[in-house]
Formats: sequence, structure tokens, C-alpha cells
Amino acid sequence: MTKSVVAVIDYGMGNLHSVVKALEHVADEHTQVVLTSDPAVIDSADKVLLPGVGAIRDCVGEMYNRGLVPAIQRALKTKPFLAICVSIQALMSHSEENGGVDCLDYFQGNAFFFGEEHKDAQGNRLKVPHMGWNQVSHKMAHPLWQGIEDNARFYFVHSFYVVPNDKNEIAGTCEYGHEFCVALARENVFAVQFHPEKSHKDGLQLYKNFIHWDGKPA
Amino acid sequence: MGLAKRIIPCLDVDNGRVVKGVQFVDIRDAGDPVEVAKRYDEQGADEITFLDITASSDDRETTVHMVEAIASQVFIPLTVGGGIRTCDDIRRMLNAGADKVGINTAAVFNPEFVREAAQRFGSQCIVVAIDAKKVSAEGEADKWEIFTHGGRKPTGLDAVEWAKKMVAYGAGEILLTSMDRDGTKNGFDLGVTRAISEAVHVPVIASGGVGELQHLVDGVKEGKADAVLAASIFHFGEHTVPEAKAFMAAQDIEMRL
Repeated sequence: MTKSVVAVIDYGMGNLHSVVKALEHVADEHTQVVLTSDPAVIDSADKVLLPGVGAIRDCVGEMYNRGLVPAIQRALKTKPFLAICVSIQALMSHSEENGGVDCLDYFQGNAFFFGEEHKDAQGNRLKVPHMGWNQVSHKMAHPLWQGIEDNARFYFVHSFYVVPNDKNEIAGTCEYGHEFCVALARENVFAVQFHPEKSHKDGLQLYKNFIHWDGKPA
Repeated sequence: MGLAKRIIPCLDVDNGRVVKGVQFVDIRDAGDPVEVAKRYDEQGADEITFLDITASSDDRETTVHMVEAIASQVFIPLTVGGGIRTCDDIRRMLNAGADKVGINTAAVFNPEFVREAAQRFGSQCIVVAIDAKKVSAEGEADKWEIFTHGGRKPTGLDAVEWAKKMVAYGAGEILLTSMDRDGTKNGFDLGVTRAISEAVHVPVIASGGVGELQHLVDGVKEGKADAVLAASIFHFGEHTVPEAKAFMAAQDIEMRL
């Protein structure tokens, strides 16, 4: 039996090692995890994971420089696709980071800065980046939430957050000063602001769900 | 609901073993780093910090292999510090599976290194470690100074001003160790912790001096720390991470239980 290939896109950014290790940890014998920057491998893969660490201009810039954008766009239309951390922002129309960067425009909407004087409802200053374990509230039933309790904690490190135009695409939210979107879903695409590979059992469960996902939203 | 304060067990590693000294002398053995890291991961630690305190650079390769071994079994954030002097050092640790690197002495001698590192790898993975010692006398306004070389060499740099500068240069987090308290079990230096936490917008990890669970609470409530780091109370079986979390949660601190 041929193995199902999960392609982790290497665009020269971030901690790819931990994403690959976490996927391998939950993969069964029918799954092969491949780290690649080859568009042909992305095209032939069964599933695609777009990891992300770093600033948006470098992130999107490297995707273009390495000629990966057409293959990413094809994968977004056709196969189970998971985007992590800054890559959720890369899937938006635009981010205000780095003086403003046009992104891949899969989800319509923008990414915004929390601001250095971010405050909670009581007026206490909140640290930026939003770093650490926060609770994720499910806003829709989705195969990738399977086995994960509502309000389970995931590990975050980010200073920008996404605001989609279509609120029906919001799969999860978090509270930090205000409620904001941390997971987006449409058809075969799921994107999260947190790092599943650093989120212990619940993060590994999400990767396991992705490995078994047929790409249908429900 | 909201962001949890973090508990970070710290592994001081020398010659391939976890050790713990009192004020950087009188070292005790606390086990194999990979086994110790796995134990804390299973206990629900929020992150792990690995400090390579080996003096010789010959053993750096051992550290890389150890970080690889930990990162393939532990799925929580891992910070590696000690001997990080160049962007190549950072690249090597990130490739080995570290999520963040701690920069200490190299930042003091070459602050531009922090800027370069943050631009290249992103602020999220650059932790600037500060070793501070109180230098003001009784009755004077509080003043803390930066020390290097395990607390032996004064630099003349004011700790609060230094922290602000490091954040301006791109540090994503500050790991603050009180040299007066480290290994003493008398609790964090809450004054310097609070002064720095209120002076910068990035998270501050309090370190140095934890001897009982109330110290962790004090670090968060009075020191305004975003995370608390401890070693010996966990290494030698006095307390477990779940005990510490339950203790803090009982005093209304948001924790990941």
C-alpha cells in the first residue's frame, strides 16, 4: 500500500524540526512526513502543512522567492491544508506588520498589531507578544477539533492577530484584552495562530486529526 | 479565561548532566537531561529551559545532540542558553529543535548581536538573559547592575535600562536572574523583577532563589513576572510541577492545569 504523504513546506523560516517531529510522533505506518521546498512534491502530496515562525514580510517573501506560491495556491484549492502561526496571517489578504504586506488572500481580511499599550478590560497593561498558554474556544464543529475539549489551552507566540471579513470562517477564538480569532476554516483549509507542535497532548491530537482528515469541513 | 502564567523548570547542564549549584558554586548532580526533561513534560511544565553551563566549547556538540534528543520527545517550548555567541550558534540550536535561545554575555559585549539575531530569526525566539545584582546600599534608591561570567564580573550597566535597551533591540522575552538570590532558596528579588517587568512590554521570566511554592506566587503577584523559573525545588523531589500549579491557582493565578 502506498503511503499518504504529508508535505511540510520548507521556505527557509522557522522551526521546521519541531513541526516534523510532532507529525512523525503521531503518524501511523501509512503516513510519510516529507519536508520539502519542491513545488512538484507539494503538488503530488496528499496533504500540505504550511508552518510559520517569523515576520510576515520574510515569510511571504520567501514563499515567492522560492517559487512556492503557485503550488501553495493549487494545494489550497484541492487538498487538506493546515497553516500554522504566521502562516494563518500569510493566508489573509493583508497584514499591517512590517509597514504593510500583501498576503495570499485565501481568507479575506487582515492581520493587525495588538499594540504595545495593549490593555485588558480593567485597564491593566498586557504584554506583547501574546506568549504562553491560552484557552481556545471552539466556534464551529470541525474534524480538527475532534478529541480536543472546548477551551483547552494551546501555546501561542505572536504580536499580530487576524480579523476575517466572513465571521462564519472563524473556527476558534481566544481572549487577550479582547476576543480575537485564532483558528480559521473553509472547505479543505484549516489555519491556526497557535503552535500545535508546542502544545503538548492537545497539539499532538490536532496533528493526528489533520493526518486523518479527508479535507471535508464536517 | 485568559493567558496562563508559566512554570519553567530549568536544567543547568554541565558535562552532560543536570546539575544545581548554590550561587554558582557547590554543584549537585540531578540526573540525565533527557530523562529530567521528559519527567517535567509529563508533569505538565509549560516550557523547559536548558542552560549549557559547560565552560569548554568542546562539549557544545554534546549539547546539540542532547537538545535533539529532548526536542524529539518533548512537545512544549524549549529554550536553550549558554554559549550562544553567533548567528550560527542560534541556527544550530534552532535546527536541533530549540524554539528559543537565551543570549547573555554575548549581548553585553556586543548588543548589536541581539538586533541582528532578532532580525534574522524573529524576536519570538530571542530571549535575553540578564544576571542582576543589587548594588545600592541600605537607605539608597534601589539600583541593580548587570554582571557577567556567572555573576563574577560587574559591567557598570543599570539592569532596568539594559532590559529596555535589549527589548528595543529586538529581545522577545527577558529571563531575569538575581545573582544575590540564585540558589539561596530565599525567594526571587521581587524589586528588580517588578522594576523590569513594568519597564518593558515583553514577557519577563523571574529566576533565582525559589525555595518554596509561595515564592512562585510572590514572583507573579508582587514581581509581576509572566513566568517563573525554578530548578532545585523540582529536581530533588521537594515539589512537583502539578503541586506548584495547584498552589498558584488556589491563590487566583491563571494556570494551565
